[in-house]
Amino acid sequence: MSEIFIFLLLGFLILCAIAASVTKRLLASIVIFMSYSLIMSIIWVLLESPDLAITEAAVGAGVTSLLFFTTLKKIHAIEEEIRDEQTEK
Amino acid sequence: MSKQRSDYPGSRWDKFFRWLHGEYDPFAGMLETKRPEEHQAPPPLDPSAFDLCAAEQKGDDVDHSRQIRRFRILYKLLSCVLCVSISIILLVTVANLPHFGDPAAPANNEVSQRYIEKGLQETGAVNIVTGMILDYRAFDTFGESTVLFCAACCVLILLRIDDSGRAKAEEHDQIYEPKNDLILEQAARILFPFIMLFGVYIVLNGHLSPGGGFSGGAIMGAGLILYLNAFGFQKTQRFFTEKTFRYISLGALMFYCCAKSYSFFTGANHLPSGIPLGTPGAILSSGLIFYLNICVGLVVACTMYAFFVMFRKGGF
Repeated sequence: MSEIFIFLLLGFLILCAIAASVTKRLLASIVIFMSYSLIMSIIWVLLESPDLAITEAAVGAGVTSLLFFTTLKKIHAIEEEIRDEQTEK
Repeated sequence: MSKQRSDYPGSRWDKFFRWLHGEYDPFAGMLETKRPEEHQAPPPLDPSAFDLCAAEQKGDDVDHSRQIRRFRILYKLLSCVLCVSISIILLVTVANLPHFGDPAAPANNEVSQRYIEKGLQETGAVNIVTGMILDYRAFDTFGESTVLFCAACCVLILLRIDDSGRAKAEEHDQIYEPKNDLILEQAARILFPFIMLFGVYIVLNGHLSPGGGFSGGAIMGAGLILYLNAFGFQKTQRFFTEKTFRYISLGALMFYCCAKSYSFFTGANHLPSGIPLGTPGAILSSGLIFYLNICVGLVVACTMYAFFVMFRKGGF
């Protein structure tokens, strides 16, 4: 059972890694990157290293993505995406 | 069958005939009309530039374009070859690694055996990982803290806005800060104390349970960032300014440096800290590790928060 779970997680990991690099929208790409880190932290727990899992969840999914978001805001990439969505509607 | 009459007003035939005679415009009022932009006459050609073009064209233009095309094909081919070969090299390397959890792997030698067997006795830390990184390998961790400090310095150098540009930047930033989002504020009001408590717990219990200075510090930094986003800069400036950052990170790094930089002179030889190890499992045990954990946690929390503030505002 746990083997199936691990393979499922690994599949999701590869999927997230490919999707994060292929996605055209920067915002979506960062959210996918966050979910990648989250899956990675679950895998660390399954590999019996909770120390790394805590760090991965806090740094990978938390602080790094926050810094990415701030950078996107600084270069006005988020606002442009919102404006594009509004014009499409 | 009678012939269809064409003089019904408003019928298609009627419209068609009126359009033929130029009385009716089917697109009138349907399209957005735009006045054509006034076309400026192009500036007269510079004869010297013209001559240059002619001179270039006189040369082997065909050869040149063929070269460019060849280069593009070669470029694509080479990048494909590079990608495939690097992936093959990496996959072969991974395939040749020792099997996961293999007892005969070179990593499982007497060093890790010694850490596992005597770690608790020698360092007093129940969590062997912390005992390793803050006692046996404390000098490495000192390097890691310094790397983090250097990263903060680089961000400071790159993103800091000096006082002349400060007013403009702050004015620009007032659009976003504070957000005045009710959900965010209430959620932060409930979550912030728990996040900070959890971070402090992880730092203080680093030698007893999973975690330690780095992870706890990162959680505390994330909590501070949440507080900043919910309540704005004016509230955080009451307890966290540039001076706080400077004093805390400098003090923590100096303490760490004083405690562990003797390895520069003694090499791998260990000096006793003089602090009693205490009973394993108690909160005040494992000697110096407890204090070093607090130092690392403070440095990491301050650095994470400083990163965010620098990216956000370009200064405290």
